[in-house]
Amino acid sequence: MPFASALRCRECGRQFPLDPIHFCEFCFGPLEVAYDYEGMAKAITRESIQRGPNSLWRYKEFLPVMGEDVVDMNQGFTPLTKARRLGELLGLDNLYIKNDCVNPTYSFKDRVVAVAATRARELGFDTLACASTGNLAGATAAAAARAGMRANIFIPADLEQGKILGAAIYGPNIYAIEGSYDQVNRLCSELADKYRWAFVNVNVRPYYAEGSKTMGYEVVEQLGWRTPDWAIAPLASGSMFTKIYKGFKEMRQVGLIDDVQTRMIAAQALGCSPIVTAFDEGTLNVRPVKADTIAKSLAIGNPADGYYALKVIEESRGTGIAVNDQEIIQGMKMLAETEGIFAETAGGVTIASLARLAHSGAFAKGDVVVAYITGNGLKTQEAVFDEVSRPTIIQPTLESFETAYAQRLAAVAG
Amino acid sequence: MPKFRYMFTFPHPQTKEPVIYNLGHKFRIITNIRRAEVTEDHGWAILELEGSDDDIEAGIEYLRGIGVQVNPMEGDVVTG
Repeated sequence: MPFASALRCRECGRQFPLDPIHFCEFCFGPLEVAYDYEGMAKAITRESIQRGPNSLWRYKEFLPVMGEDVVDMNQGFTPLTKARRLGELLGLDNLYIKNDCVNPTYSFKDRVVAVAATRARELGFDTLACASTGNLAGATAAAAARAGMRANIFIPADLEQGKILGAAIYGPNIYAIEGSYDQVNRLCSELADKYRWAFVNVNVRPYYAEGSKTMGYEVVEQLGWRTPDWAIAPLASGSMFTKIYKGFKEMRQVGLIDDVQTRMIAAQALGCSPIVTAFDEGTLNVRPVKADTIAKSLAIGNPADGYYALKVIEESRGTGIAVNDQEIIQGMKMLAETEGIFAETAGGVTIASLARLAHSGAFAKGDVVVAYITGNGLKTQEAVFDEVSRPTIIQPTLESFETAYAQRLAAVAG
Repeated sequence: MPKFRYMFTFPHPQTKEPVIYNLGHKFRIITNIRRAEVTEDHGWAILELEGSDDDIEAGIEYLRGIGVQVNPMEGDVVTG
């Protein structure tokens, strides 16, 4: 049974029907889905969730979809892994990695697109669209293929071929726009206004954004129905960060847990850190910046949800950290070498920020800390290409191997 | 004429220049302020602008020339 009741303006509180609209026509504030939480509390139990599928659709009652015909690719319900070796390195006994690298197109974007695509189909759209430099393009194209919808993907003309492949394989129409970043943004806004497409992060953004709440629900369930003491996540627009926290709070609101004690940590790349800069300056006003970082999936200089992310930090008594490109690479290596998880650069941002905080003594040893890893490292191989060890070339003889092996051991010992 | 939604971020809230008046006067752009906040240390406004593509382009160039940041109201649409 659906519990989404309306779209509500986050600024003036006006309500609107559950249509493909994303801003309040009066004050231009962003719209968010409102729910009947009393009805939810009566209908949803821990057991009813546990009887659901091993995907984010086990939380369907918390999401703004009306029917049963969801775009199902087994998105979500990704592993929450206890990170013993990384925890030891950082002095944390209860560090967990929420590993969203293993989604169908290898990033958390499959979650948001799952909800956007399902709602778009319910609203009668036959075409999905997005503007992306990577993860969102792949997730949108794949979901459209699965749903039997058309996909129009817009990319900047200078995007590398390797980044396009991850979307092109699913057969969308891809348009490469020649122009400045500002011009690309403006054209996409105009397209979303003009054509009857579901532009996943524009006109159906209120539904799309709700998909990230599942990253909060899953962690609560996987920790045995409790929230972590700390949660750290990488920020681009800030939407995912706010929705993880919303997920925690909704679990309390419907009576599935007693309390939310989580302190939220916002991690950004120093080369694109408008939200953390505002936090450091003690203001809720985010000043847009020009992005310059290897963490391309976080390169949003004008973050739509920056203000709301800052409110979450404030409400949860959290903090914000920005790390430079070298720290990001070290973070990626640290996670791979201790836990066997190859994260994209955004994961490097999370781990490097976590390490910085841990070394500063921010955490108690027994605190339950969850680090969100939102995308797979195979997507950003260029960032670490020169940072990993090269193979030792040997001849096909035992002697050649043993000489090389001895040298390797000596190097390690030395 | 097309309508666009923008957020202006002012470098100095106490600027003496009648920025929004100038958009209408110099560039034939119809401005409609929907939300704004100006304090001692910061200032921003969210507006709807209506005008031809050329006038909007020229108006934005003027704003940027005097240090006003102009960004789409929705934030960056192109995402990772």
